[in-house]
Amino acid sequence: MATTGATAAPKRRWRVSEQTRWGYIFLLPWIIGFVVFTAGPMLASFYLSFTKYNVIRAPQFIGLRNYELMLDDRRIPLSLLNTAFYALLHVPGVIIFSLLLAMLLLRVGRSSGAFRTAFYLPNVTPAVAVGTLFLLLLAGNGLINQVLGVFGIDGPNWLTDPTWVKPGIVLMSWWTLGATVVIYFAALRNVPVELYEAAQIDGANAWAQFKSITLPYISGAIFFTVIVNTIASLQIFAEVYTMFFGGKSGAGQEAALFYTIYLFQKAFADLDFGYASAMGWLLFVIILVITLIQVRLSNRFVFYAGDSR
Amino acid sequence: MTIQQGVGGAPPPSTVAAAATAAPAVRTRTEERASSSNRLLSRILYIGVLVLATLIFVFPFLWLVSASLKTRADVFSNEFIILPLQFHNYSDVLAIAPMARWFVNSALVGVLAAVTVTISSAIVAFGFAYFRFPFRNVLFGLVLASMMLPGAVLMIPNFLIWNALGQVNSPLFTPLWAGNLFASAFYVFLLRQFFLGLPRELFEAARVDGASYPRMFWSVAVPLTRAALIVVFIFELKASWTDLVKPLIFMRDITLYTLPLGLKSLVDRFNPTTGGEGEFQLVMAASVIVTLPMILVFFLGQRYFLEGIATTGSKG
Repeated sequence: MATTGATAAPKRRWRVSEQTRWGYIFLLPWIIGFVVFTAGPMLASFYLSFTKYNVIRAPQFIGLRNYELMLDDRRIPLSLLNTAFYALLHVPGVIIFSLLLAMLLLRVGRSSGAFRTAFYLPNVTPAVAVGTLFLLLLAGNGLINQVLGVFGIDGPNWLTDPTWVKPGIVLMSWWTLGATVVIYFAALRNVPVELYEAAQIDGANAWAQFKSITLPYISGAIFFTVIVNTIASLQIFAEVYTMFFGGKSGAGQEAALFYTIYLFQKAFADLDFGYASAMGWLLFVIILVITLIQVRLSNRFVFYAGDSR
Repeated sequence: MTIQQGVGGAPPPSTVAAAATAAPAVRTRTEERASSSNRLLSRILYIGVLVLATLIFVFPFLWLVSASLKTRADVFSNEFIILPLQFHNYSDVLAIAPMARWFVNSALVGVLAAVTVTISSAIVAFGFAYFRFPFRNVLFGLVLASMMLPGAVLMIPNFLIWNALGQVNSPLFTPLWAGNLFASAFYVFLLRQFFLGLPRELFEAARVDGASYPRMFWSVAVPLTRAALIVVFIFELKASWTDLVKPLIFMRDITLYTLPLGLKSLVDRFNPTTGGEGEFQLVMAASVIVTLPMILVFFLGQRYFLEGIATTGSKG
């Protein structure tokens, strides 16, 4: 772009400006959307987090009061710990089970298509329907406990026993890991077969092949899915809200109070939009820090094919 | 294939030559015969495990359907099929709740959301892929960054915007789809990849023929990325169809509910564990009605679903 000779400069400058003009015309929808629905709202919610605001009366500036109140609100650490518990079980489970299933799919050749379709089905099911279905499956005498009974395990009360509410939710969340399987399957298919053949000649066993060929080649896909699943798991809402909240009584509500659910209650049940905005910003900072840590770690572990490192 | 070679009388000359140069080749052949029966065994094992996994993913759907055909007393029972099947559960739930109306609402919102986001995201993605202008990379960086923004953080300010515009509970469902007029970061990212894959000479040729930029976008770029555009359309249709949060925040009148919000209202009314009236079989019937349309869409467009997911992941 900058390699202009002195004589060509005027003409080129004119062409650049036409490209610029049209480029920005094409970008216009996104620029408007970014200002109105992303950047503007972020700034607005930052301001609101320092106010008392219930939509009806104008926001009233109260400084750091909301953040101080959060320090004293025992439901903040409760919901944060609930969310952390869920994320720490959900994400590794999704990654490991999906990887195992994808590797199995790779070994069965042509019939993998039908299996992939089956695995993906829960992903097109509305979250409310998933929650409803698991109210049935996780019931005290439900299907899951029935299956556990076959192995001589006396299943817990997943929907009412505070100890077992979150593990039940994690079980439910694993049911929708099909999208991750599809991603891993695509990534595994890109690993060059010759590498495995060479490794076999060198006498490398299955684990060694997995560790030094498969893992490096799909590390990009693993990195992507870890980040996406972590961010999503910190915002879990619809299934759990369907199962435990909104009804008359509150069995299991303490144990199932995830951060986003508490935020939603603060805003739309208590109409405390200032406090809820402050909660939103805390969540934003938490997600940002976790993502940055993951990106930092990935620089050490992710291998890019064709990269000269 | 090793077996076929072994049965034939005289080995083909190339094999002889190979055997002469590399002695271990002979041993490999018997080894391979053993490993081929091993391979068959392990293949059976793999398929067995996959069938078991398939059962885990599919059986709950069958369970849902069977529960929707049980009586109130039997709905939590562990027998798979209880005769006689209670088909009237479906007409009952249609009678007590405006499910047909919710269906129309969901379909309308889904199509509007998908059409608007596909067109707007394609325009923006083409802008990023084709034109060269100052701050392009900075702006694209902002697109990527905004993909990472948690939706929960934007939920409240977005509510306040639509509330200020008087659109909460709007019979046009504006808050549920109109934001899609302004493109979505994730789809911009996805479509830009596809536009970048088109050979630039195509566009230069169109320019020489005197096509304007909008015309070039519409009649050269769009037809060539049809498959990717269908992926975006189908993804957004699914996202909109399955979403609870937006309808929950924005829609108040029961006649303006979408199917997920309607189903949630039925759960609240009937779920016995949260103090509802029982009648969980009706909730099950409603769940089937909410779930089935998207499963049909999935089977019609599964190629696009699976390829779309796969490309997003591997390009990410």
